[in-house]
Amino acid sequence: MRHFWTIASKEIRSYFNSPIAYVLIAVFLIINGYLFFSIVSFASRQSVQLLRFQGAAPQINLNELVFRPTFHNMSVVLLLIMPILTMRLFSEEKKTKTAELLLTSPLTISEIVLGKYLGALIIYLSMLGLTFYMPLLLSIYSQLNWGTLLSGYLGLFLLGSVFIAIGLFASSLTENQIIAALASFGLLLLIWLLGWAAATVEGTGMGEVLSYLSILDHFDGLLRGLVETRTVVYYLSLVALGLFLTHRVVESQRWK
Amino acid sequence: MIQVEHLTKQFGNRVAIQDLSFEVSKGEVLGFLGPNGAGKTTTMRILTGFMPATTGTARVAGYDVWESPQEVKRRIGYLPEQPPLYNDMTVTEYLKFVARIKGISPKQIKNSVQQVCEQCSLDEVRGRLIGNLSRGFRQRVGLAQALIHRPEVLILDEPTSGLDPKQIIEVRQLIKGLQGTHTVILSTHILPEVTAVCQRVVIINEGRVMAVDTQEGLSAKLRKSEKIGLKIKSPSPDCIEKLKAIPGVLNVFHETGLGQDGYPYVVESQLGQDIREELARYVVANDWGLLEMRPIAMTLEDVFLRLTAEELER
Repeated sequence: MRHFWTIASKEIRSYFNSPIAYVLIAVFLIINGYLFFSIVSFASRQSVQLLRFQGAAPQINLNELVFRPTFHNMSVVLLLIMPILTMRLFSEEKKTKTAELLLTSPLTISEIVLGKYLGALIIYLSMLGLTFYMPLLLSIYSQLNWGTLLSGYLGLFLLGSVFIAIGLFASSLTENQIIAALASFGLLLLIWLLGWAAATVEGTGMGEVLSYLSILDHFDGLLRGLVETRTVVYYLSLVALGLFLTHRVVESQRWK
Repeated sequence: MIQVEHLTKQFGNRVAIQDLSFEVSKGEVLGFLGPNGAGKTTTMRILTGFMPATTGTARVAGYDVWESPQEVKRRIGYLPEQPPLYNDMTVTEYLKFVARIKGISPKQIKNSVQQVCEQCSLDEVRGRLIGNLSRGFRQRVGLAQALIHRPEVLILDEPTSGLDPKQIIEVRQLIKGLQGTHTVILSTHILPEVTAVCQRVVIINEGRVMAVDTQEGLSAKLRKSEKIGLKIKSPSPDCIEKLKAIPGVLNVFHETGLGQDGYPYVVESQLGQDIREELARYVVANDWGLLEMRPIAMTLEDVFLRLTAEELER
């Protein structure tokens, strides 16, 4: 298993050798920065109004007022850009025939799959880490509930982990990067929409199943500070499923 | 070193290779010859563990490629038809990465990269991006990649395709230098290449082995008569008839294409009978002006065409 770090570091290097990593991180930070800015200015106007009408400074919950909507917005941005991060992982190797090098080296398929997954995950973590200026900035002027905030970051991390696993799977299916990106976007959107389907059949057994499967319900729980075992298990099993399917696809392609 | 037994590979209904068997001994350079689409690449991919065979077994250095792929992969260096290069890496970065995944210990990586760069004359381009290299250098980086972990067995899929004549000679010399220390299988559809570097040839066509032998052995086996090429300065009009009259001569014909300095003829004689002395004496006695006389060995082209033609007749 020691080789999977070699693959991961190769992936990270190649993200930064091409403009992909820079452009992705820049787009992610600019859009989220703008959204954060508008949410904060809305929140500050609201708190001024509250101050004027009630005469005293109320306890303003910044986690609820700023970070919950900000992280929700971030998750939508992730839905759109994560397929771009993952599309090249296997497709490019197949297109340039470098897959032949990996598969004829003394590496196991698990090492290759895990290595690539970890490489993309580290890029995502650094993207996420750079957004940490938001809570740091606000903590200068006000009191934050760090527990709830970190639970929100855990939610973003788990959400991204699932997105990457699914994107990796989509990338293993084709040697065309655009198709890989579209397929993973489609799959992610489908999981996203499960939550809406759950809302329409609420109250029935089916509704309960769908709402457990909905990626958004779990995410919202984490944003409100609810770290539950079933939530973590839900995300980790999606990751495991994505990695398992990828492994199967890479293995089966040797037979064709 | 390599044993291939009754190997068959099917892609759906299409049979890529059928009942392929051959052996390669240690230190030998084996040419794998066949037209495009004969199944060369498929065979090599099975040997390297890239894809499994439908039936049959292949063993490399005593390990079955299906049962212990990791052991086999450690002992094989493989250069696919299109060298597997990462265009966004420099040559050194790339070779270091390959060294790592081939299982070279971290302490020896620098050394191995250094050695293989010297071996493949890559020193001048070590710091350059692979994507910016010329075709010849890319091919050599591909070769370096296959050699870096000093594998016992090298499998090279058309190593000289797309190179210019000078580069082809360089690559061939490199491969020749490996003879003895490495066991090499080399596929090609260029016949002179086999003559230049290989000790033995496996000829395959449409997925089946047609012949396994040395080049001399093959041409001896398939030859039906001895051939001698003659070049004569001023032959008399009836010289073909006169030459045919020499005992032992089966046939004489005018070779197509007029030489610059004389008329070329081919004289065929019975197998195992040397008529050169007789022939020379006769031409000189008639004062035709003997310019050249040489035995014509069967080229691999002839061998190959004869084999495929015989296949059709059957």
